[in-house]
Amino acid sequence: MEDMLFYDRLQFAFTITFHYIFPQLTMGLSLIIVFYKGLYLRNKLEKYNDAAKFFMKIFAINFTMGVVTGIPMEFQFGTNWAKFSELTGGIIGQTLAMEGMFSFFLESSFLALFIFGEKLMGQKLHFLTGFLVFLGSWASGWFILATNAWMQHPVGYEILENGVFVLTSFSELFTNPWLLPAFLHNQVASVVTSSFVVASIGAFYILSKRDVEFGKLFLKTGVIFGLVSSMLIAFPTGDLNAKNVAKYQPAAFAAMEGIFETEHAGAEIVLIGQPNMVEKKLDNKIAVPNVLSFLTYQDWDRQIVGMDQFKEEELPDNIPALYYAYHMMVGLGTIFIGVMSLAAFLLWRKKLFVTKKILWLIMFLVPFPYIANITGWYVAELGRQPYLVYGLLKTSEGISPTVSSGNTLFTLLGFAGLYLILGALFLLLVGKTIYQGPKHQTH
Amino acid sequence: MELFWFIIVAIVLTVFFILDGYDFGVGIIHLFMAKEEKDKEVITKSAGLFWDSNEVWLVVAGGLLFMAFPVYYASVFSGFYLPLMMVLWLIIFRAIGLEFRSQFSHQMWRDIWDKSFGVSSLLLALFFGMALGNIIRGVNLGGVENGISKYEGHYFFLPLWDASFSPLAESPGVIDWFTIIIGFISVVVLAIHGANWIILKTNASINPKLKTTILKLNSVLVALTLISLVVWQWINPNCFDNFMDKPYLLIFPLIYILGIVGLFFVRKFDKDIYGFICSTALVFGGVTSSLASIFPVILPSTNTVNDSLTIYNTATTEYGMSVAMGWGIIGFILLFVYLVVQKRLMGGKVDKMDYGH
Repeated sequence: MEDMLFYDRLQFAFTITFHYIFPQLTMGLSLIIVFYKGLYLRNKLEKYNDAAKFFMKIFAINFTMGVVTGIPMEFQFGTNWAKFSELTGGIIGQTLAMEGMFSFFLESSFLALFIFGEKLMGQKLHFLTGFLVFLGSWASGWFILATNAWMQHPVGYEILENGVFVLTSFSELFTNPWLLPAFLHNQVASVVTSSFVVASIGAFYILSKRDVEFGKLFLKTGVIFGLVSSMLIAFPTGDLNAKNVAKYQPAAFAAMEGIFETEHAGAEIVLIGQPNMVEKKLDNKIAVPNVLSFLTYQDWDRQIVGMDQFKEEELPDNIPALYYAYHMMVGLGTIFIGVMSLAAFLLWRKKLFVTKKILWLIMFLVPFPYIANITGWYVAELGRQPYLVYGLLKTSEGISPTVSSGNTLFTLLGFAGLYLILGALFLLLVGKTIYQGPKHQTH
Repeated sequence: MELFWFIIVAIVLTVFFILDGYDFGVGIIHLFMAKEEKDKEVITKSAGLFWDSNEVWLVVAGGLLFMAFPVYYASVFSGFYLPLMMVLWLIIFRAIGLEFRSQFSHQMWRDIWDKSFGVSSLLLALFFGMALGNIIRGVNLGGVENGISKYEGHYFFLPLWDASFSPLAESPGVIDWFTIIIGFISVVVLAIHGANWIILKTNASINPKLKTTILKLNSVLVALTLISLVVWQWINPNCFDNFMDKPYLLIFPLIYILGIVGLFFVRKFDKDIYGFICSTALVFGGVTSSLASIFPVILPSTNTVNDSLTIYNTATTEYGMSVAMGWGIIGFILLFVYLVVQKRLMGGKVDKMDYGH
């Protein structure tokens, strides 16, 4: 039984981590593509249309990868988490089925039209199809976050005697206080990723002295979008999410902030330190007193409940992983604000395109927003442990009763091999697209 | 309300088989018949433009099944764990085969992705057919051994095969000689369907030859269908009861038969669309007849200890289903609007459409 749970979790974690490399780019990038297409409609400058079509190619590769790695996610609810599906399908089935109906169809039908239909439709309709692709991809985020919000903070339900969760209020699924901050945080984070990708490709072209005109355009776009989004990621969206965790999941909050002991006169904010689970303390800690209380409650002396106040079984089951995921996300977010502010300042002083050091820095920073996005999801998912539905249904109670650990390991190994191939192909094709460059986009 | 959602899910699933079915069929034809690069390119294009919006019908069928019949979703998806995971892998190979072949013009690169698309389409057609075979044959619900259930009555786990390969075994596997026959029928039906799609959407040089292929496959199909009916009757003597009790259900097998009959005249059609309509009737009739034969059961139990799964004992609450009906109807209208818009804008032959990156 222990084994079954372990492999089911490992397979889900692995496949969702790999999957989320792709949607986080497509959601943000669709916004930037619509932006370029809109500029082209206004100014009729060919370079904006070329830019839109260039990023559409990168979008298309990511979209394919997102689709093929996304279907295993839907299937796994049934294959590996059958008991969870049986008990909660009447509720989360609503949001997941709506995702298919209202966003996937929009996205996939109009993506094909956007890619192949420019000459067929004329520019205005072409812009519209691009906009619908953007709408579809953000709607998809909305329904997934609505599903996740229900698992983090269940609302509008009733539990029958046989343990089945039934829906009592459909509208509460979408007015869930967890949902809006989580959705905005997630979407802004995807804009951060795509801004860095756009800026980094721009920096690459400038540094390698080719397609410099496009390089400057991409860099400028990436820096402006990147600055705005990385600020929004911290405030207000990140702030609102942290407050939600403190309010609805205090045990997870204590664990992610690394608060082992309750401090009665205001809690410190931990910057660095390693959780020592044997002695229940942080090793090599660097912290600033009272700041956490202020950030959370705007009150320097407010008490924050530490992990000592919770029973063992209420605490997340992997506290160090949760703590690191959270600190990586916050640390990286802070670095993004710093780098993008500096780049925006240089852009304003007209020095950005000639300051090689910052161009190199931006180019090499590109993996880190991906890491920040994924660790952000780890915070949400590890923080919810040991529950699937917070406070109500344990993760161990959700697995498929008939699928043995040997079968799950078999498919996990299959996915590992397959995704290795997919990852290599993905890098090859995106690399080739960047190498070919944005000039004279056909179709 | 259960009936409403059953019909909706059945429609979405049938549309999936009709739409993505031609993609699988195109893959099969591509694998065996396309020899020249020009043909290969245009044939992959006829599937490549549409596969992802076609595949969404599967995703939506899954989502709706999850919402309306959560017990069924949980039971079937965990019970058919291994074949479903393999379907996922095949879907991945199919998709990247279609999407990646045009990325480089190197011959080896193209050969790899042509094979990836062709072989996975063939296997997907076989697997989906076998899945249908499994659903109508039934499974050992509750994992009963010597009259005692190993699991709760609505759960089961199917190995890929049982040593006897017999549909009459106590715990039949996914692959037995009955489901294999249904799998072959599916391959043949979809190959015909795909061939009609290629004729409709392309100017490939093999098109005239494909009509002969369709005729040959159609004869094979008649034989296979007759065999399957005899075998089915032998395995389950009550299998036609539903049609006897409710004669209006006979409309579904009738549509299937009309499809077969129509296809024998494929060479005489003056419009390519007629052939495609006939093979659509085949797919539609095949899927719906299978579902109608067991309705309201949706997964028969092969033992006497546990009850079969029906649309009534696997459904969610009345409130859930009725609130979903509200957005479901809106969504459903949108789906067909998208489908019509897409097919109209991308109507005609695909040869001249820009594809590839």
